[in-house]
Amino acid sequence: MKMKLMTVAVAAMMAAGPALADLTIVDTSYRTGPYAANGIPFSDGYQDYFTLLNERDGGIGGEMVNIVECETGYNTEKGVECYEATKGEGALVYQPLSTGITYQLIPKATSDGIPLHTMGYGRTSAKNGAVFKYVFNYPANYWDGASLAVTHILDQNGGDVNGKKIALVYHNSAYGKEPIRTLEELAKKHGFELSLLPVDHPGQEQKSQWLQIRREKPDYVLMWGWGVMNQVAIQEAVNIRFPMENFIGIWWSGSENDVKAAGDKANGYKALTFHNLGSDYPVYADIQKHVVDAGKAAGAGDQVGTVLYNRGMYAAMLAAEAIKTAQEMHGTAAITSAQMRDGMENLEMTEAKMAGIGLPGFGPEFKVSCENHGGNGFGAVSQWDAAAGEFKLITEYFQSDQDVIMPLVEEDSSAFAAENGIEAGC
Amino acid sequence: MFYREAGDFKTSYTEDNQTFPIKFDRYRYYAVLLVAFAVVPFIINDYWVNAVFLPFLIYAIAAIGLNILVGYCGQVSLGTGGFMAVGAYACYKLMTGFPEINIFFHIILSGGITAAVCVAFGLPSLRIKGFYLAVATLAAQFFLVWLFNKVSWFYNYSASGQINAPERTVFGVPVTGAEAAPWAAYLFCLVFTFISAIIARNTTRGMAGRKWMAIRDMDIAAEIIGVNPLKAKLSAFAVSGFFVGIAGALFFSVYLGAVEVGEVFGITKSFLVLFMIIIGGLGSIFGSFAGAAFLVLLPVLLKNLLVGTLGWPTDLAAHLEFMIVGALIVVFLVAEPHGLAQLWRVAKEKLRLWPFPH
Repeated sequence: MKMKLMTVAVAAMMAAGPALADLTIVDTSYRTGPYAANGIPFSDGYQDYFTLLNERDGGIGGEMVNIVECETGYNTEKGVECYEATKGEGALVYQPLSTGITYQLIPKATSDGIPLHTMGYGRTSAKNGAVFKYVFNYPANYWDGASLAVTHILDQNGGDVNGKKIALVYHNSAYGKEPIRTLEELAKKHGFELSLLPVDHPGQEQKSQWLQIRREKPDYVLMWGWGVMNQVAIQEAVNIRFPMENFIGIWWSGSENDVKAAGDKANGYKALTFHNLGSDYPVYADIQKHVVDAGKAAGAGDQVGTVLYNRGMYAAMLAAEAIKTAQEMHGTAAITSAQMRDGMENLEMTEAKMAGIGLPGFGPEFKVSCENHGGNGFGAVSQWDAAAGEFKLITEYFQSDQDVIMPLVEEDSSAFAAENGIEAGC
Repeated sequence: MFYREAGDFKTSYTEDNQTFPIKFDRYRYYAVLLVAFAVVPFIINDYWVNAVFLPFLIYAIAAIGLNILVGYCGQVSLGTGGFMAVGAYACYKLMTGFPEINIFFHIILSGGITAAVCVAFGLPSLRIKGFYLAVATLAAQFFLVWLFNKVSWFYNYSASGQINAPERTVFGVPVTGAEAAPWAAYLFCLVFTFISAIIARNTTRGMAGRKWMAIRDMDIAAEIIGVNPLKAKLSAFAVSGFFVGIAGALFFSVYLGAVEVGEVFGITKSFLVLFMIIIGGLGSIFGSFAGAAFLVLLPVLLKNLLVGTLGWPTDLAAHLEFMIVGALIVVFLVAEPHGLAQLWRVAKEKLRLWPFPH
């Protein structure tokens, strides 16, 4: 039985073979499982942007982009399988969109010399590029997110949150646990009281957590949720009549899918973001014309302009800009993954650049360097407007508390370096 | 024609009692071993190791462990995922606490620790049976996962709650961590699988195994003929826990390298291993291998076939994969309720008579 299956498997693999193209981008997506509602728009945006570059510009620097999609189901074992299956095809960069898979891939990708871009997720201390040479998490990370949320609360309270109670509802995994360290430091600094409420995967059952919130009556609730957990949490918050404007989600808990289920009552829910929202940018006209109307969209084409679609497209745009940077640096259009790493490390996003590609003012300006793989930690707060059916930015971009975050990054990354015998240096 | 005893004379009891008494069967077994040990390591690459061989070998150990408990001793357990987590976390604590000791011994020790934990959770089996015991072991599953999430000592107080396997070597060759060569990781797991299978096979056909089977078939009758249910049941929990713990330790250290307990060792893992032994065949070592192969290889194969060869959208393929695997499980169990092992047994009987069936 086993041998027979394997023979067929070999035959299947032989037949599959790698499709040869010069710039290979792997999209480790998840369109199935409890996180699919969030995985689909991100993946659509990620792929559609590259399709746009292929259709409109003939690729990047004259080289066509070959997109390889691999379904992970947000499962680490399948993620590893995807990575091993696709790395041989000359993948330039991985964007796993899962903190669990990121932790798996950090040592593997570093050893294989393939860069990882964990945009706004993954291991926060990868910001320290001197230790994590192949991992990038620009433009913002979880600790920035934690600090941005607290800063926003500070702004609302005139700079004083002493004695206030803040509860963190989080996905009980590496992802959800990431901000705790920073929030504890910030609690010490600003004198607020932090309570932690873990929610187990996949997060459909949160009655006890929200009962506790009802009993303890925290002034603010922060949320680190993903997938179906977001919808359930927002519905529960509505059920206990928690004031929505005091409920702030991380950027992964702030998409239309998460709030729509709760109806009008979800009005006022806030979420962080590190890029702009909506589809009022020139690039969307091009996407509509060259990709969606041409029938080349990765998904059904109905996600264009949603928060997570924008984020996927933003990730693709940053990858494409890094490819351009690498092509200029090395004077070759067909770059390798090592050259891609150089491109990412020297990426500079300016206002002029973003305007040039049809996304004026879409994200913060930042410059990546060897010491700083994580950008400058700028983000903004968005708020759900149920009547209009969209998230709207309610603040300018502001910076996270670097005085708190930088020592933590330094501490965590040097612990990692010591554990794994890595010599830090640029 | 094949598998015939004719002309295969035994002149000693040792020969008569060997695992594969039929010459043809024995040579086939040697051939498989030869290929596994001497051919595969030379042709294996990263993809084959990480997507096919490591999961197959490790799940086979877990399935052997669970088969001893469920298939041989008749004690239903839904705590396999939790017990694998015990193995993984024990291995992590040993690896980081005693880096100077060889990883090989860490993994065996992890098996021992899991055996102890498994015995503790096996105590209710002396009073409750069947579905009630399944619920008690289900409690173990949830308790253990909660414990490893809650108590930060288990993950050395790391901020993310993840455990990461540092690089460890055997005879100077790294077997864990990112630098491990595919053949090294493969051989390391193969050695454990090979030894586990031999130990399990010989325990189950010795006195211990006969006691377990007596308990499984009818515990009151077994007690009357002199089997001590306390010892028999708890020893089954211990031996089962030992193998499951080894599987968990290898799963963490060699295969994944970084583990998050809730995701990797959740209830789905318990069910997966239970399905493996049910599809493979309860009370059969070969069945454990067959079941592991079925549930590890089939999804990978289908994925490569549907996405790689036919070029279907990945989400459609992922959904179809569930449907096809589910349908095949039903078909197999309808065709042969005793699993793949029984299918193999029947095939052997047929082959003996072939090509003259009468």
